[in-house]
Amino acid sequence: MTTDTLKKTPLYNWHAANGGRMVDFTGWSMPVQYTSIIDEHNATRNSVGLFDVSHMARFRFDGAEALPFIDGLVTRKVADLKPGRIRYGLVCKEDGGILDDVLTYHLQDVAGQSYTWMVVNAGNREKIAAWINDRLPEGVTFTDHTEQTAMIAVQGPRAMALAQEIVEGDLNELKYYQGREATILSHPGLVSRTGYTGEDGVELTVPAEVAFATWEALHVAAAEVGGHAVGLGARDTLRLEAAMPLYGHELSEEITPLQAGLGFAMSWDHEFIGKSALEAIDQDSLPVRVGLVMQDRRVPREHYPLFSGDQQVGEVTSGSQSPTLGAPIAMGYVAPQFAADGTLLDVDVRGKRHAAKVVPLPFYKRK
Amino acid sequence: MSTDNLLFAKTHEWVKVEESDGAKIATVGISAHAIEALNDLVYLELPEVGKEVTAGESFGEIESVKAVSDIYAPVTGEVIEANTALPDNLDSLHEDAYINGWIAKIKISDDTALADLMDKAGYEKMCAEEG
Repeated sequence: MTTDTLKKTPLYNWHAANGGRMVDFTGWSMPVQYTSIIDEHNATRNSVGLFDVSHMARFRFDGAEALPFIDGLVTRKVADLKPGRIRYGLVCKEDGGILDDVLTYHLQDVAGQSYTWMVVNAGNREKIAAWINDRLPEGVTFTDHTEQTAMIAVQGPRAMALAQEIVEGDLNELKYYQGREATILSHPGLVSRTGYTGEDGVELTVPAEVAFATWEALHVAAAEVGGHAVGLGARDTLRLEAAMPLYGHELSEEITPLQAGLGFAMSWDHEFIGKSALEAIDQDSLPVRVGLVMQDRRVPREHYPLFSGDQQVGEVTSGSQSPTLGAPIAMGYVAPQFAADGTLLDVDVRGKRHAAKVVPLPFYKRK
Repeated sequence: MSTDNLLFAKTHEWVKVEESDGAKIATVGISAHAIEALNDLVYLELPEVGKEVTAGESFGEIESVKAVSDIYAPVTGEVIEANTALPDNLDSLHEDAYINGWIAKIKISDDTALADLMDKAGYEKMCAEEG
């Protein structure tokens, strides 16, 4: 794919002009880093990081039956979501495999009218849109707002104070996993308090035409407190330390939610696609997601095989040097009898075995 | 050190060739351009002393936070020395890729591969074209 055919976020020109090393990420030209993955990672842990997450898909549903409709598509019950609440859940196929992990928001406009918002992984946008359109009931309208808006994640210990400088209304009243419409730099937008780094923070969704001004205002203020623009490289090390699964790595159509350790994202007291298959599967025999810390300096990478003695017992799904721990870490799937904390396994690093220990997840939890 | 007399491989290794007791010794490292592109270095695997290496084949590995890359032997011969201080001082590669950043010395047994190496101007042109 040539760069000309890649989709660009409204902040593309900023990234290109500010040292962003642009790569193809699921069809979008995105910055992998500006200066250094470690610098950007540490800025987010210690101060604040700014992430252009405009490539993620943003869907809106209107109509009184919108939430009950989505309730039937996601593993987590959302029909009872109060206005202003957000819930993480999985969209599964009939056989229980994961189509995507999504956030469902129950929002209200200024007139008090309810609507539903959904944030979907960039690489799954077309797949999930088709899944929805094939099932859309009468009276529910579905619109894709991805390209008319930009989404900026502000994450880290200084994130809330930074966002407060440009968002009207007290952000302290916004609790974790809540969202609302907001006036951002005098423009209508959304603010939501979720994140993908293990830090506190918010995402700001703004019209595409004010994305640059919003980002620039945040960037100037962030620079004063040691904050940084953060690319996909550090986004990956941050979420890996926080043990958040990434679609295409820890999650796929061949993985069930319980294997992935996402039992918290399941509510069995409602009907959803895939439920009966998931109830019928003998989960205890399936490989499960574990955390691994290397016992030497070799970095485990995706698809490296995991061994116990001569027996292959699993595979790495994500691995990197952890900037916070100063050690190489990974997530992977292993047969359940090798998943206990403290189990010693070998990672095949390009033909050589290197010891790794199974450890509890997450690797990093903020104090 | 002047980099004017260095040779470069397409795979971003630099080579300095010196005569010693009638033998040609190649000192090999990774170019500053490649170090800058790799950025956050976390691991280096040196070749073993005594190993026979072939031009164009992997004889070491360098790992950044993002990815692992092979280091390719730019010449054919025997590894006679490895820079054992380097794996614990990877940051020094950013400061001087061409002096303390050497990786190994190879006693050249067949110098035909030298003809495939570029001079500094040719290498810089290639890097500029790669973007």
